[in-house]
Amino acid sequence: MVIIGAGECGGRAALAIRDLGYDGPVTLVGDEPHPPYERPPLSKDAMTGEAPSIKAIATDALFAERAIRHIHSVRAVAIDRVAHTVQLSDGSSLPYDKLLLATGSVPRQLPMPGLGSRCVYLRTFSDALAIRAHLSAGNRVAIIGGGFIGLELAASARKLGAAVTVIEAQPRILMRGVPAEIADIIHKAHEAEGVSIRTGQGLAAIADDGNEVAITLTDGQKIDADLAVIGIGAVPVTALAAETGLAIDNGIAVDEHLRTADPDVFAAGDCCSFPLAIYGGRRVRLEAWRNAQEQGALAARNMLDADEAHAAVPWFWSDQYGLTLQIAGLSDEGKSIVRRDLDDGAFILFHLAEDGRLVAASGIGPGNAVARDIRLAEMLIAKRAKPAPEALGSQAVKLKSLLAA
Amino acid sequence: MSDWVEACAAGDIDEEDVIRFDHAGRTFAIYRSPDDEYFATDGLCTHEKVHLADGLVMDDIIECPKHNGRFNYKTGDARGAPVCVNLKTYPVKIDAGKVLIQIG
Ligand SMILES: Cc1cc2nc3c(=O)[nH]c(=O)nc-3n(C[C@H](O)[C@H](O)[C@H](O)COP(=O)(O)OP(=O)(O)OC[C@H]3O[C@@H](n4cnc5c(N)ncnc54)[C@H](O)[C@@H]3O)c2cc1C
Ligand code: FES
Repeated sequence: MVIIGAGECGGRAALAIRDLGYDGPVTLVGDEPHPPYERPPLSKDAMTGEAPSIKAIATDALFAERAIRHIHSVRAVAIDRVAHTVQLSDGSSLPYDKLLLATGSVPRQLPMPGLGSRCVYLRTFSDALAIRAHLSAGNRVAIIGGGFIGLELAASARKLGAAVTVIEAQPRILMRGVPAEIADIIHKAHEAEGVSIRTGQGLAAIADDGNEVAITLTDGQKIDADLAVIGIGAVPVTALAAETGLAIDNGIAVDEHLRTADPDVFAAGDCCSFPLAIYGGRRVRLEAWRNAQEQGALAARNMLDADEAHAAVPWFWSDQYGLTLQIAGLSDEGKSIVRRDLDDGAFILFHLAEDGRLVAASGIGPGNAVARDIRLAEMLIAKRAKPAPEALGSQAVKLKSLLAA
Repeated sequence: MSDWVEACAAGDIDEEDVIRFDHAGRTFAIYRSPDDEYFATDGLCTHEKVHLADGLVMDDIIECPKHNGRFNYKTGDARGAPVCVNLKTYPVKIDAGKVLIQIG
């Protein structure tokens, strides 16, 4: 069993293969120098904590104990599907019976001239360390892109006392996947914390002299910053798969078993697109931590011939200041919205399809105020339930009771 | 060692639910199972120190509100990613309608 990509998905898959009792060789190849680690803290606690540290998914010791060979700092450079081998950047080659591609995604590059060493992206622990070094009090940080990673980083930078400007080309932040009502709460929280948000603004020019970044917006405004962090989305890592002739469709295309057209090659996590059963097989690619975990585990089962179809409901969270947002399902599947208010200003928006089916739920509130109801909503979505809108809208009606119905 | 502390009234917790109990600088989670038994564990998730009392109880599982890590609250066993460290559990008894837990 060979896994390419030692991130959330690859790391979980390697452990799962052993948990399932497989006792042949398991090899995990990753180009980062670390054991697999969690990325979500990189824009959150790892930024604001005293000393940034890696939150490892598995230590070297655990891998040794589970007889998992982790080859780090080495890239897989080619796959020979006929010979069943993977070529590595150190010149060696690995034979496989089953292969999992868990190559993840990388930040979308800003296609503009003028970028230099003070224009950076955030994906890895080393990226995080480099950014952290510039986030001291009094420093000016420009964040290009009002998506999750940019906004979480904005919150962390404010906590450290940096002056923060967020630039978003769309008319509002979090255009993708987040209802306007919730994006508005987040927008206001950032403004209350002193972040300047410029929406509807493209970039006219960037000049980075290695010390300072001078940004000109399309309306002519100028922003000077000590650091510009670019967070304009992510693109799946698919080159290896494409070069070996596997289909790419917004990610490495797999079926509901996470299998490519080659029965011995699987793909999972941020790098793959797959049919989502709860939405009638709509093909999606998710960039979400729990999905990477679940798909890693599912791929492991199917590499061991379980033939199990993907059935999970997408789930995502984000933390900014004291607020947590959680979303279950894909809200763009909904036609109407029912709002449920909870304590402490927290609320949940339930997204219903035309036929009344609950297809998604988006919640925001302080701490974990929305967690329980979002989790129950997720179970209702999985059951394809059509709960009465009045019940969803009333805090007095326990969602758990709807689940039993 | 054998300190029994009163945590709450038995009726304060719904069936198949959990509440938070803070005592002497520590925090605990007290559970009432679907078959009406009471249990207690450390209050914070072993993944990122989040209060489990905001989580969801299903049968004998408590699910962490933050990233859905799961534990068996009767035994403290971690039940799958991202949690791998077990929860500490504490003995519980009911006395005159009060829930008492023994904190070591
Ligand atoms: C800053 C940040 C914050 C986030 N916050 C959240 C959050 O709050 N909530 C949430 O749900 N999700 C969040 N995510 C998303 C989540 O971390 C990802 O969905 C998850 O990491 C995907 O896991 P993966 O294993 O598919 O990919 P990755 O974690 O990207 O791992 C892929 C690995 O494969 C390696 N690799 C690629 N190609 C090769 C090759 N040819 N040879 C060897 N190795 C290779 C890469 O270097 C990488 O180490 C966040 C992501 C980031 C970057
Ligand atoms: S804090 Fe409990 S699962 Fe992460």
